Amino acid sequence: MSTTSIRTLTRPVFEENPIALQMLGVCSALAVTKSLATALTMCIAVTAVLCASNAAISSIRRLIPHSIRLIVQITMIASFVIVVDQVLKAYAWEVSKELSVFVGLIVTNCIVLGRAEAFAMHNPVRASVLDGLGNGLGYSVVLIAVGSVRELFGSGSLLGFVMFPQVSDGGWFMPVALMRSPPSAFFVIAGLIWLLRTVRPAQIEQPEPTSPEPDSRSRPLARKRGEP
Amino acid sequence: MAKSHVESRTRTLLVAFLVCAVCSVIVSSTSVFLEPRQRANRERDREEKILRIVHGHEGLADLLSGLSGVTLAAHVVDLATGDSADHLDPVSFDPRRAAIDPLLGIALPDNRDPAGIGHRSRFSVVYQVESERRIILVVLPVHGSGYASTMYGYLALGGDLNTVAGLTFFEHGETPGLGGEIEDPDWLESWIGKRVFDEAGKVRIEIVPDVVDLSSSDSIYQVDGLTGATRTCDGVTALLRYWLSDDGFGPYLERVRKSNEEMP
Repeated sequence: MSTTSIRTLTRPVFEENPIALQMLGVCSALAVTKSLATALTMCIAVTAVLCASNAAISSIRRLIPHSIRLIVQITMIASFVIVVDQVLKAYAWEVSKELSVFVGLIVTNCIVLGRAEAFAMHNPVRASVLDGLGNGLGYSVVLIAVGSVRELFGSGSLLGFVMFPQVSDGGWFMPVALMRSPPSAFFVIAGLIWLLRTVRPAQIEQPEPTSPEPDSRSRPLARKRGEP
Repeated sequence: MAKSHVESRTRTLLVAFLVCAVCSVIVSSTSVFLEPRQRANRERDREEKILRIVHGHEGLADLLSGLSGVTLAAHVVDLATGDSADHLDPVSFDPRRAAIDPLLGIALPDNRDPAGIGHRSRFSVVYQVESERRIILVVLPVHGSGYASTMYGYLALGGDLNTVAGLTFFEHGETPGLGGEIEDPDWLESWIGKRVFDEAGKVRIEIVPDVVDLSSSDSIYQVDGLTGATRTCDGVTALLRYWLSDDGFGPYLERVRKSNEEMP
């Protein structure tokens, strides 16, 4: 594997993490991280959709008319999301019930459309798949971290295995109820971002300029913040 | 490649059409291919929920596993008369298909259809737990319209055919987090012990909009509402009242009550 390929794969994990730097896909990161098992399943689902949609969109990138490119991208992404949802309902019934609508909502996850528009439309298939995989891993790193913290402190277990025996079961651990409710994911993600930006000060954002940037419209979609 | 060529109207329409065609083939073939497995999952889920209700009822788990003569069996019941329809096999009988069958189903006129189901089967599959020839638990399949979907569930009544022994929903499309909370175990637990009929035999069970006023004498018929799910809750009340009425399991419950009274 060439250095460029490795860069494509690893850059989105820490340097340009889709959640921690670009603030994309935060909605699902709140919803599915109550336990590590649901977080892991969601990571696999998002990574699969990212790789498949990046590969498919990249392979026909020269054929897509500019005027309908977003519609074509979202149609393909939606199809892959339905396929993943159906597979989970067939082979991972219990987890899919817990994930409920959030698998279907991958289609609105800005990471997927963001990578399609910003990367797959301009790069060959191989690089696009690696980019999808890298971003999937970047998303997964954050989700697994948040899922582990929330399950460990909210339920005293990891992947269902008891780590800290709870007081109610005769142990010593008093579960933190806050960790079982979605807002706690905000705090954990914020903590991660703080940590990451302390280690890599380059990720700290510059204050917004007072006058609108002349080239703000040409910024790639993946850089826009505040999307779910 | 000339840019104008890719951007031409014919080309745009062609690409749009081909993308849609390929995507729909992928989506529909996945769905068709995986359907048997998903159906098996749903079926297993339904059976687990019935067993959980039955086993959760006053130590029945121990009684059913032992040689105490306690049995759990499915029966097809003719809803109009309440009698067993032994010519129909409870395992293969499909009430959903029967509902739209010209011989096995009936269409419900709007004024006789509070649960909003349109059609219903003339027969239903109930589960009975018997001990010494007395029926000590019945599990009734119920369904009706909620806010966004038809909700399918089971209502279990104890041997007095009045006290709720359990309620569960195994299939619905209500909004997760709002109406979807009808699956919340704590809320379903709060149904246990409630009465469905008053002394006069009128169906009284209901979900109240807020919390139940425990000082009221009606509280024995009432369950707390779910936040943000008013129409789902109204749907649950309506479907339970429908299935417990004379249009639903009324005749069947009457027959079981009589046969239990005849037993010493």
